[in-house]
Amino acid sequence: MLNIGVINQGIVIDHIQAGGAMKIYHYLDLENKDVSVAIIKNAKSNKMGKKDIIKIEATLEDLDLDILGALDHKLTINIIENGVIIEKRNPKLPEIVNNVLKCKNPRCITSVEQGLPHSFKLTDRVNGVYRCVYCEQSFDRR
Amino acid sequence: MKHIISPTDLTVSELNELLDLSEEIIANPRKFSDVCRGKKLATLFYEPSTRTRLSFEAAMLNLGGSVLGFSSADSSSAAKGESVADTIRVVSSYADICAIRHPKEGAPYVASLYSSIPVINAGDGGHNHPTQTFTDLLTIKNLKGRLNNLCVGFCGDLKFGRTVHSLINALARYENISFILISPEELRVPEYIRKEVLEANNIQFEETTSLENAMPKLDILYMTRVQRERFFNEEDYIRLKDIYILDEKKMAAARTDMLVLHPLPRVNEIATEVDSDPRAVYFKQAQYGVYVRMALIMKLLEIV
Ligand SMILES: [Zn+2]
Repeated sequence: MLNIGVINQGIVIDHIQAGGAMKIYHYLDLENKDVSVAIIKNAKSNKMGKKDIIKIEATLEDLDLDILGALDHKLTINIIENGVIIEKRNPKLPEIVNNVLKCKNPRCITSVEQGLPHSFKLTDRVNGVYRCVYCEQSFDRR
Repeated sequence: MKHIISPTDLTVSELNELLDLSEEIIANPRKFSDVCRGKKLATLFYEPSTRTRLSFEAAMLNLGGSVLGFSSADSSSAAKGESVADTIRVVSSYADICAIRHPKEGAPYVASLYSSIPVINAGDGGHNHPTQTFTDLLTIKNLKGRLNNLCVGFCGDLKFGRTVHSLINALARYENISFILISPEELRVPEYIRKEVLEANNIQFEETTSLENAMPKLDILYMTRVQRERFFNEEDYIRLKDIYILDEKKMAAARTDMLVLHPLPRVNEIATEVDSDPRAVYFKQAQYGVYVRMALIMKLLEIV
């Protein structure tokens, strides 16, 4: 498999649904952080066919990982220290996600009232479904 | 303090209490003619819906209360760009309870977050319209004497019809309910209703395109109109709008105690010849709408 070097200190976000890496890059605000990032798109995966991977050389405190579950509940987070994986985590699924996901429903009140916080609640833990608290439309991950 | 944003904001037992109170009002309306003296209902209608607004206002007036409000966005502060949150904060100091109708989904929920008086959703776009659902339930309960052991047919636009989704959801909470879903292929109930409501709760249902075949099996027939504004192209609308027309011939195949409901306004889907059939209860249904709103106002103002 393609290997963009081993990182020493940081996290590897693995099993990202293929095509989802850039969105996660964006939500983690990595473009504005002074960290080195490797993005691997369409890597071959036995389990998923294709997947994306992000490797980030950074300390955990610099990253808001809580949001990842809302974006893609099937990904895994590997914590790396001194070049080895010291912990594998499944993403948390927060009950409420404020001002991260944006409701895309053109009929939603948030489409006309810019000042409202965008808020989503977890309605199906098994399938990781989040719905807008206003219009109840589910967040479309694609 | 409680708000009513979605039909499921009431538990089954709260709903039963609401329907019981409605039936008490039906039996003895005079007893309730003064219970809201000195109380004010604000009707905040950001889009016109004369029928719904009048029903709310009649309900409050029947209880001896008074009403104030606006009936379209351009005559209101919304036209000047005021947010729903700010409007409701102000209205909270003018009225004791409010009913809000808004073209955008979730607007009444926003109002409830900032309100210091009970908020009733009087319809938010294609999303929720809880008092319509309560009306439908009261109609069935009062005329059939029960909300369980029923075979309920829905006919027409089952894809976009929120009253249909909402009533399916509400009835699914009662025992031994089965549904016959009658629609053209293009207007079938959405997948999430089939999966998350019907299949998830093991509820018996069948989908068909034939109203004729369904007629003899039904205890309730809920007719809906096909709405032009739901279609992207006029051709589809023209093709589908008159696909089901309930007439006396079809009624002849139905049980003698079947009831026909319709949220109104009706267009062509029920021939006027059906109006005189005692099983046609859609005009009575509008009357039930006033009773159930009376009961709801009393419950939310805690006057019981
Ligand atoms: Zn929304």
